[in-house]
Amino acid sequence: MTEPTTVTPMVKSEGVHKYFGRLEVLKGIDLQVMPGEVMCVIGPSGSGKSTFLRCINHLEKLTAGKLWVDGELVGYRQKGDKLHELRDREVAAKRSEIGMVFQRFNLFPHMTACENVMEAPIQVKGVSKAAARDRALALLERVGLADKPKAYPRELSGGQQQRVAIARALAMDPKLMLFDEPTSALDPELVGEVLAVMRQLANDGMTMVVVTHEMGFAREVGDTLVFMDDGVIVEQGHPRDVIANPQHARTKSFLGKVLT
Amino acid sequence: MTSPETTEQQDRTPPDQIVAVPVRHPGRWVAAAALLVLTAMLINSLVTNPAWRWDVVWQFLFSSRVLSGLWLTIELTALAMVIGVVLGIVVAVMRLSRNPIVSTIAWVYAWFFRGTPVLVQVIFWSFIAVLYPTLSLGIPFGPEFVYFDSNLLIPIFAGAVLGFGLNEAAYMSEIVRAGILSVDQGQTEAAEALGMTRLRILRRIVLPQAMRVIIPPTGNETISMLKTTSLASVIAVGDLFTQVQLIYGGNLLFVPLLVVASIWYLVLTSLLSIAQYFIERRYSRGTVPVRKARFLGLGRPNSGWA
Repeated sequence: MTEPTTVTPMVKSEGVHKYFGRLEVLKGIDLQVMPGEVMCVIGPSGSGKSTFLRCINHLEKLTAGKLWVDGELVGYRQKGDKLHELRDREVAAKRSEIGMVFQRFNLFPHMTACENVMEAPIQVKGVSKAAARDRALALLERVGLADKPKAYPRELSGGQQQRVAIARALAMDPKLMLFDEPTSALDPELVGEVLAVMRQLANDGMTMVVVTHEMGFAREVGDTLVFMDDGVIVEQGHPRDVIANPQHARTKSFLGKVLT
Repeated sequence: MTSPETTEQQDRTPPDQIVAVPVRHPGRWVAAAALLVLTAMLINSLVTNPAWRWDVVWQFLFSSRVLSGLWLTIELTALAMVIGVVLGIVVAVMRLSRNPIVSTIAWVYAWFFRGTPVLVQVIFWSFIAVLYPTLSLGIPFGPEFVYFDSNLLIPIFAGAVLGFGLNEAAYMSEIVRAGILSVDQGQTEAAEALGMTRLRILRRIVLPQAMRVIIPPTGNETISMLKTTSLASVIAVGDLFTQVQLIYGGNLLFVPLLVVASIWYLVLTSLLSIAQYFIERRYSRGTVPVRKARFLGLGRPNSGWA
C-alpha cells in the first residue's frame, strides 16, 4: 500500500504484549491497517491472532505496548506523559464504532434476526424503533436474508446466523470490522455464503481485519496478509507474495499444511 | 439399504412400514391394578369413616373467617415474593459486581438471612418496637434529624411481610445468580462489542436468558412461601392457618379444619403451577422445546405407538 503518511492509520499497534497470568501470548506486535484496507491474519491455533484481534476493541487488556484505532488510544487517555484508564462508558462508546463478528456467531437467542440487528442502534445510539427496524430490514436484505427477519437464531443455519451477525455489526455503522475466524464453525458448504458477504463488504471499502483459515479469501480479497506464530508476526506482505513466495521456514511449513 | 436402481426410480412406492409385535409391559398393568385397589380403599375410608366430618369441612370451607384468612395468606405471599424477587435480583447483581465492597455486602446479606431461622426474623421485624421504640435518621452518635414511632412505621402485618420478604431475597439471590452464570459468556462479549454498557447488557441480554433457569426454582419458592406464611400464626396475623387454628381451638374439630386449610393450600398451589407454565412459555422464546412438559404426568414421553 502506498498511502501518503498524512493519512491516519485505522489501526496502529506498537510493541503490543499480552500475558495471561505468566503465559506470554503476544510478544510485541507492530502493524498498521490503513483505512479501506483488508488485512487477513493467519497462523496456527494458539499463535495469538484472536487475542490480538480482541485487543483492538479492548475485550482484552494490553499488558504492554500501545494500540490506536483511528488515531485514538485504545482503553486509555493520555494526559501529559501519564495514561488514564477509560471508564466503562467511554470504552463502550469506542467499541460501538468497531464491529466484531465471532466464530460462534453469539447472536442473542431470545430475539429474532431483526431484533438482533435493531438492539444496539436502539439501546446504544438511541435510534427510534421504526428507524432501527427499517435499517435492520435493509441490512438483512444486503446479507441476503430479506425473507428471515422474524426467524429466531435457532431456526437459522450456521451460515445464515453468521450473516445476521454481520448485519448486526453493520447496524452500528462501524468504521472498522473485526472478524474472528468467521467461517471456522460452519459446515463446509455454508462457508461460501458468508465469504461472499464479506467480499462485498470489502468491495464497498470497509476497513477489515480478518482472522481466518480461508486462504482463497485472503488471496483474493486481502490487501495484506499477516502470518503470526507463537505471539509474533513472522511475516507480512501482499497475500499473493506471501503465499507464492514465503520467506520464512515457519511460514512455508504452515502454508504447506493449509494449502492442499 | 437400497440398491442404486431403486433410489433413482422416478415414482417410488413408499417403503413397507415395519410390522412387529411391540414390547409388552406387564409390569405397568400390575402397577395400574394395584393403584386402582389402593385408591378404592382410600376413597372408601374417606367416605365411610365418620371421623373425617365432611359436613364440618363443608360448613367451614367457605366461611367468612376462612376466606378472610385465605385472602391474607395470598396478600402475604404475594408481597413477600415481590420483595424477595426484586431484592433477590439486586443482591445477585451486587454479588457479581466488580466492586469488592458491594459484592461483600451482598455475601454478608445472604449469609445472615439464610443463616437465621425465618421464624426469628418474622418475630423480630414484627416486634421491632420492643427493641427500638423509635427509629430515627441522623449522624451516628451525633444529632438525629427525623423520628419515627416504630409501631406506626412497621405494624405487625408489615413486619411479617418484611420478615418473609427479606429472608426470601437471600434465597432468591442465589437462584438469580445461578441463572446469570448459566448464560454463555459469548453473549456478554457480543453485547460489549456492540458498545452496550454493563447494566444494559444485564437487563436486555443476560437476565432475559437467565429467566429460563430462574423461573422453575422461583415457582418452587413461591409455593414454599405460601405454606411458610402459616408461621405468621405466632405473631397473630390472621392468615389462613391462624384462622383455622382459632376455629378448632373453639370447637376442637381439628381434623376437618386442617382438611379445610389443606384444600385451600392445594387450590392455590395448583393455580400457581398453571401460572408458572405460562410464564415459562413466555421466556422460552427462541428455544425449541425439547419435550413438552406433561400435565399430571399423563401422556407419553415418547411419540409412542401410532
